[in-house]
Amino acid sequence: MPDAPRHVSTATNADIEAAGTTASVNAKEPEGFSVVGKALPRIDSYAKVTGAAMYADDIALPRMLFGRLLRSTHAHARITRIDCRAVLGLPGVVAVATGEELPMRYGILPSSPDEMVFAVDKVRYVGEPIAAVVAVDELTAEQALKLIEVDYEPLAPVMTIEDALREDLPKLHVESRKPNNVHKEVHLAFGDMEAGFAAADRIFEDEFFYEGNNHAAMEQHAAVAEYGGDGKFTIWTSSQTPHYLHRIAAAVLGIPASNLRVIAPMIGGGFGGKTEPFQHELAAAHFARKTGRPVKFALTREEVFYAHRGRHPMKMKIRTGVKNDGTITASHVQTWLDGGAYGSYGVATTYYSGALTPVTYKIPAYAFDGCRVYTNKPPCGPKRGHGTTQPRFGFECQLDKIADALGLDAAEYRTRIAVDPYSRTVNYLRITSCGLRECIDAAVQRTDYRKKHGKLPRGRGIGLAASTYLCGAGLPIYWNPMPHSGAMVKVDRGGGVTVYCGVSECGQGSQHMLAVIVAETLGVDVMDVRVCAGDTDLTPVDLGSYSSRVTFMAGNAAHDAAEAVRRDMAEAAAQMLGIAPEQCGFANRRVFDVAKPDHYTTFLEVAQAAEARFGTLVGVGSYTPPENLHGDFKGSGVGPSPAYSFSACIAEVEVDLETGEVHVEKITLAHDCGRALNPDSVEGQIEGSAYMGLGEALMEESSFRGGLHKMPNLLDYKTPTILDTPEIEAIIIETDDKEGPFGAKEAGEGPLNPVIPAIANALADAIGARVYSTPITAEKVLKALEGADSGALRLRHGSPARAEAIQ
Amino acid sequence: MREKSPYDLRASARGIYGFFEMMTAPPKILAKFRLNGDEIECAFHPNKTLLEVLREDLGLTGTKHGCEMGHCGACTVLVAGEPVLSCLTLALECEGSEIETVEGLARGGNLHPLQHAFTTCGAAQCGYCTPGFLLSAAALLQVNDQPSNAEIKEALAGNLCRCTGYTKIIEAVALAAERMHESSDA
Repeated sequence: MPDAPRHVSTATNADIEAAGTTASVNAKEPEGFSVVGKALPRIDSYAKVTGAAMYADDIALPRMLFGRLLRSTHAHARITRIDCRAVLGLPGVVAVATGEELPMRYGILPSSPDEMVFAVDKVRYVGEPIAAVVAVDELTAEQALKLIEVDYEPLAPVMTIEDALREDLPKLHVESRKPNNVHKEVHLAFGDMEAGFAAADRIFEDEFFYEGNNHAAMEQHAAVAEYGGDGKFTIWTSSQTPHYLHRIAAAVLGIPASNLRVIAPMIGGGFGGKTEPFQHELAAAHFARKTGRPVKFALTREEVFYAHRGRHPMKMKIRTGVKNDGTITASHVQTWLDGGAYGSYGVATTYYSGALTPVTYKIPAYAFDGCRVYTNKPPCGPKRGHGTTQPRFGFECQLDKIADALGLDAAEYRTRIAVDPYSRTVNYLRITSCGLRECIDAAVQRTDYRKKHGKLPRGRGIGLAASTYLCGAGLPIYWNPMPHSGAMVKVDRGGGVTVYCGVSECGQGSQHMLAVIVAETLGVDVMDVRVCAGDTDLTPVDLGSYSSRVTFMAGNAAHDAAEAVRRDMAEAAAQMLGIAPEQCGFANRRVFDVAKPDHYTTFLEVAQAAEARFGTLVGVGSYTPPENLHGDFKGSGVGPSPAYSFSACIAEVEVDLETGEVHVEKITLAHDCGRALNPDSVEGQIEGSAYMGLGEALMEESSFRGGLHKMPNLLDYKTPTILDTPEIEAIIIETDDKEGPFGAKEAGEGPLNPVIPAIANALADAIGARVYSTPITAEKVLKALEGADSGALRLRHGSPARAEAIQ
Repeated sequence: MREKSPYDLRASARGIYGFFEMMTAPPKILAKFRLNGDEIECAFHPNKTLLEVLREDLGLTGTKHGCEMGHCGACTVLVAGEPVLSCLTLALECEGSEIETVEGLARGGNLHPLQHAFTTCGAAQCGYCTPGFLLSAAALLQVNDQPSNAEIKEALAGNLCRCTGYTKIIEAVALAAERMHESSDA
């Protein structure tokens, strides 16, 4: 199976470097690249600025029906009766369905299949779908919902982590064998914890709370489904993971997967919120079969807040032992995750809340206990930084406290304990390229951190934090030996190049990334490359746009596919030029002799000659991560990645000491993304991360009152506007990762993590007191000012009772 | 036990629909607009918003929706040169007006300077908020072709973007302004 060197583009790099040193065509290009590293306009941006880009709700098919979901008005209740008889009497209504028609239980993770398309017997959160109606228009479907009678028998709602750990409240999932509402527990320990804490000169223990929040992607989820006379389904849907929907929809609909085609059109933002099958997608397919007509379900913004899968609210207890010079001797992280009503990705989230802590700093002994509970709220899932964002907030705040207490410079301290490139963590994770120290140094230098930290007037502060993230999960959700990503490249006789790959373009720039890699390999212009993506019929599988996996994994697959075509073309060109195939360089739509660049033929001529000689010009490639990424223990599957990105953030804040309002003046964010395939896109990801981190730090929260979401709309759910967003400086730190495509790693999620603790640390610098929970509201700041360092506000009733099984 | 929820979810999120009990659509009316420079005639239900008529009756899906409650700015179009939230505007109100949508920005196959700048600067990521930003910015540049960054921010304060952190959007509008100003000088 593919090992590391297979993906190192040795041949290509050698050619390109040779071309770069001898060929004038490339002389001015960085490191001999003609496309890679250039801030070119994204190939998908033209359709997006003209309104031509098609998103799921833009699709309209002849005879299409419109569906609406009936949602629970109770947080926790038994359904004693559903009567839909009146519905079909309403003119325009075509069909209605309840849970009995789709009885299959499913879940994105095979370990927790606890969801159904429509609730049967019991509802577990306000907004849970119970039934659906399709009609000739949306208004009629909406009206028809009012004719459905539902009788509920209310049950005591379980709304907090503490509630969920009690044994006297009803269980959400009676089939669970646990005495309470615990969904998942994880207990892992690495190294000698006892010796570690015994060796410590000081032990620091802190509690933190990170509030849940929503992705609030601008596009509300939508799906259109069609059922053909041949018994085959097509679903167009705003999904970051068409492959997983393909898999699960086939099972739920009871059809062979080969009868289903899932297409992800342009996605209007995901951030993790569109990474699993949703009820409306499955309902659309079901109704398409039931009615024989195309069916569309488009969620309202309020419904998006019920579909949720947002950041888990998380309580954390972090205990760290250090020597007097700050060297960490041991660390123990405990997390309690408020999972909402269903499993979602929660098992993975629980592991992630502990897995990556040792990837940033050297920790010789590390223990982690995680506990995810069910509550009567919309299910939580993955959001940008999946499960690592919350503990990173806690850990980086604690590091600043340690630096403070020991009189260390917080920046120098972090660089001193930073992990080394090409090392293994105590939990057996393999680190390859690592620009963490460079990130910290760059951010520090750019902001004059050392001159400011601890020296600014009261009310003004500067704070630093660092972090790490995956470049895709090293192991797939469904364990199997097949590749994580596949790609196919076709060169046509007109000189056009098409790359086929299952990735879903959710705004991160995956299509452009594929075009850059293929264009660089074949020596064509990036605009010569068309990308056919996110279509389970037309494209090889890519597991999806999550875990920041696409550039690394799909990029490697596309690179291999393009290399395969290039080999055929080099054979043909060699014959035309009278040189050896290895002598052929590819750039600027030419194939040339690398020793004599003026001796060339055009890409078009080579394409035609190669097709004449070899037949249709197609290359395929695939990517499977190496096998040596993880340890051998239960749970070792979460955390490993073929590479890690690193980031450091510095926030500068001004606090109104009268009102408690925090004003962030500037965010400086340095990120090691491997090689930047398109620096503009990388900057865009860094800037977007800074912005989103700012929102999570200061204002965004999914909170509930009496079972109801307090703010299921974009007015009350505060996100930063253009006026709230400070100056953001993105600094790209390049490392050349040996296994990444052209050395690239990731930029989509990693830069978000350090932003929240950087702001919290800046606040502490400004007021000499800490807020231990997010969002850092003016109210909390005022309380912190009053009681200076009074501890975590959300934890004032003490830490949650441990689940019994936690030792 | 059948009870009426104090909080009727089904009625709360669909904008104007929520105000009507068992409303059925009134008969269609025929109205004329000037849309992206063309005189057009369109029949639609008079309870429909401009957003719905543009997207559903006229097939102009470039105009997006992110909340249908006037919170996000994704549905911004120009009516008589002014940016309006098409999700809060009845199509009927616009009868006889000049309406501009993202589809009308490019002229004769040439991108509007704003569109060009958005591609150059990487100001469109997922692209969903982009049409709304383009039209808000176009309205600004029509009255102020040398806006300061503060003026750009003020003009775009009603448009939400979750991808870009706004940085490259501000750059793009400033770049377009510069180019438009230069070409108007020339």
